[in-house]
Amino acid sequence: MAAKSIISRPVYGTLSPQPGKHHLFVADADGALAITDLAAKAPDGFFADAHIIFIPGNEGQHVAALEALKPAQFYQGPSFASALPRLKQTLANAHMGLRPYLAGTEGLIGQAMQAALEAGIDHTSIQTEHRGSLARRVQCVHCKGITESVTTQPATCSHCGLLLLVRDHYSRRLAAFQGVCINAEDRSEIPPAEEIFR
Amino acid sequence: MSTGTTKLDVVVSDVVPVNELVTRFHFRRRDGQLLPTFSGGAHVVVEMRDGERTRLNPYSLMGSPLDTREYTISVRRDDAGRGGSLFMHSTVRPGHEMVISYPVNLFSLDLRARKHLMLAGGIGITPFMAQTAQLAADGGNFELHYTCRTASLGTYADVLKERYDRRVRLYHDDRDERIELDRLLSSQPLGTHLYVCGPSGMIGWVRDRAAALGWPAETVHFEHFAAPQPGAPFEVTLAVSGKAIRVGEQQSLLEAIEAAGVDPPYLCRGGVCGQCETNVIAHDGNFIHNDHWLSEEEHRSCKKIMPCVSRFEGRSLVLER
Repeated sequence: MAAKSIISRPVYGTLSPQPGKHHLFVADADGALAITDLAAKAPDGFFADAHIIFIPGNEGQHVAALEALKPAQFYQGPSFASALPRLKQTLANAHMGLRPYLAGTEGLIGQAMQAALEAGIDHTSIQTEHRGSLARRVQCVHCKGITESVTTQPATCSHCGLLLLVRDHYSRRLAAFQGVCINAEDRSEIPPAEEIFR
Repeated sequence: MSTGTTKLDVVVSDVVPVNELVTRFHFRRRDGQLLPTFSGGAHVVVEMRDGERTRLNPYSLMGSPLDTREYTISVRRDDAGRGGSLFMHSTVRPGHEMVISYPVNLFSLDLRARKHLMLAGGIGITPFMAQTAQLAADGGNFELHYTCRTASLGTYADVLKERYDRRVRLYHDDRDERIELDRLLSSQPLGTHLYVCGPSGMIGWVRDRAAALGWPAETVHFEHFAAPQPGAPFEVTLAVSGKAIRVGEQQSLLEAIEAAGVDPPYLCRGGVCGQCETNVIAHDGNFIHNDHWLSEEEHRSCKKIMPCVSRFEGRSLVLER
């Protein structure tokens, strides 16, 4: 569970069934468990109007459990990038009454929320639940490059190579945490990297 | 004293009968300057000095926010009300000097919306007159559904049709025309915001259906026209200022407190903004809560009252004022 530190650092809740005409789920890996937990509280027939977009990840688990919910539409893909065109298309054709539910890693929640915000949904209307890894998407403030799946503090920018302090400062627009050069005064000073975003 | 509402000295520049129930009033500043900027959905509180009595009623500004040479309001005559609208209709004439508050907006557009869906009932059309003018000037995307009793009571329906053509849809009660609300709400693109202003039954119906059909609460905006209701006179003790007052039949509790020289904060005078919330110190009797601010639990607790619209009946009431 992510602790609240500064105001931009996202906090996540627990998925719960919302009134609505259509229900759009986007999840990765253990995020599937948030959906099956919600299913236990959902009224009969809830998934008859549901669309699940799932990225199982390396472990490849939970696909059968989600299919067993008998959603109207089920998609699984190898990465968020591969699911994004489908997500954008779904949002572009959607009407008021569609409720989004995002569950899984912070990177997945952040990027799916970015697509939902672009489609005109307010972030406060989106159900989220964090499950699994705390690995972060980080934007280097110097070269603007985004590094995925950052688990260490500090971390190396995969674009410009600077050593970055990963801050809790978060951008919903970029779906990324901010990384700032940790040794700008003296580049030879290299603090030890600790794996803290597991 | 009203929080954030400095007063404006105005003169009535025109009085225009619109139909058998509604009259429009135009105000200009007495010093000839421009009036303050406002946004669509804003209201002003009009001070009506009627002999010994002063009534303060809120009215939506209905002119274009792009033109601040004058403010316009439309007043529906309410023969069973406390007399504010009757005073406006029978007494106020061009040249009349009046005092109004600065505009306050408790029903503003959310300009992040992709589309604005507006539902008006009766005189609830007035804030939408300003909002549609504001949106149309920027090429904003809106659609207005307006229900009125009869064509002749469809205040400004002709003006709106002329200005916005197919973006305005009219429904007449006497022709049994009804909004197909569920279909309307379910066919709106993602990112639409909903605005409703009209009788409280209509607002409740629209809010309930929107919630059931999956509209998040932050996309649903509404404005109640909760004019203070007349009622039996009652006595009140104001503990802080040490005064005993009597609230007359046609007076609101807030007006009676003000008449005694005590100035609680206020903004809307319609039971929605929360500014005049007042603590109850002691009571022996029943509250008649008419506000939309306090929760049902707070209403039952008998510890708070909104003096702008709510009343009391019983032996004694002591307020922290």
